[in-house]
Amino acid sequence: MKKPHPYLDPYLAGVGIGAVLLTAYVVAGRGLGASGAFASVVAAGTAAVAGTAHAAAAPATAPYLVNGITSPIGDWLVLELAGVVLGGFASAWLAGRSRAAVEHGPSISGRQRMYAAVAGGVLMGFGAKLARGCTSGQALTGGALLSAGSWIFIATCFASGYLLAPLARRLWR
Amino acid sequence: MNAPFAETGVAGPLAILLTAPLIGFAFGWFLERGGLGNARKLAGQFYLTDLTVFKVLFSALLTAMLGAYWLDRFGILDLRLVYLPETFVLPQAVGGVLFGAGFLVGGLCPGTSCVAAAAGKLDGLGVIGGMLLGVLAFNLSFDWIAGFYNSTALGALTLTDLLGVSRGAGVAAITLLALAGFYGAAWIERRQ
Repeated sequence: MKKPHPYLDPYLAGVGIGAVLLTAYVVAGRGLGASGAFASVVAAGTAAVAGTAHAAAAPATAPYLVNGITSPIGDWLVLELAGVVLGGFASAWLAGRSRAAVEHGPSISGRQRMYAAVAGGVLMGFGAKLARGCTSGQALTGGALLSAGSWIFIATCFASGYLLAPLARRLWR
Repeated sequence: MNAPFAETGVAGPLAILLTAPLIGFAFGWFLERGGLGNARKLAGQFYLTDLTVFKVLFSALLTAMLGAYWLDRFGILDLRLVYLPETFVLPQAVGGVLFGAGFLVGGLCPGTSCVAAAAGKLDGLGVIGGMLLGVLAFNLSFDWIAGFYNSTALGALTLTDLLGVSRGAGVAAITLLALAGFYGAAWIERRQ
């Protein structure tokens, strides 16, 4: 099997992402996002299961639905995230990093890693809704615009991760 | 030039919508190139064994912040027309705490979980599934938490407005802070 290519220098990757974010500001007047697209998908799913009238009337899902379809703002994020999946796939494929695997620490099994992945996702989904954004929409996009709330999010997010890291040591070390 | 194009009418809504997958493609590309599709690399940030997350996040933030600041100064981009996320102090503080805990346990964030899944990582799919459940749990409990969710609202507010200093001073301070962080990252790596 061919050895995968080495990763790009993190600073170069960061400058690339910064240039992409700047392009988004210039073209679309908004930044990047990820959790917003998840919220749009859940709202669309709620409309499909519980009925459009219910989803459009519920305050949690209403902002993502206009006339029963996901709103244009949601659509921009959903299309953007679809692009993220394609870009990630293309990069991994061309670098020889594309293969089915479960990435886990040396002390746990793949099955335990899958439980942790879902649990972490649940916490992040709830937290990102409460914070009105995630690492993309708050930390990166809002942080670069000097949004006060974005910097509150950056500070509490990393403080929480570092404070809890000793408790989660078995997952990764 | 008249930017942002979406706000100044340089490009129509459909054209702007069509840029979304292109911008996303480039975002996903650079995330994967930088190694952010790998949960073990990301989690290493919390144990200071791999500082990729810090380096990528803050060099991206610096690039976009400085670019936006100077484009605004040169009259190319009107920053007042770029959407600024609103500040809700307590919900964002508590949301950050929950998100940080989830990031630690899940090893991937929402955007990078999509990159990981696209590269074949099943744990990336697990995080995506968990995220959808977490959003659903939030929506189902919205009646109980709406009061807190909308509390301590300060509107669209920048750090520099809050502190009463010029935008340039804030940009300079964050730049120096990030450069000090990069220097600190190199120091941590030398010690290992």
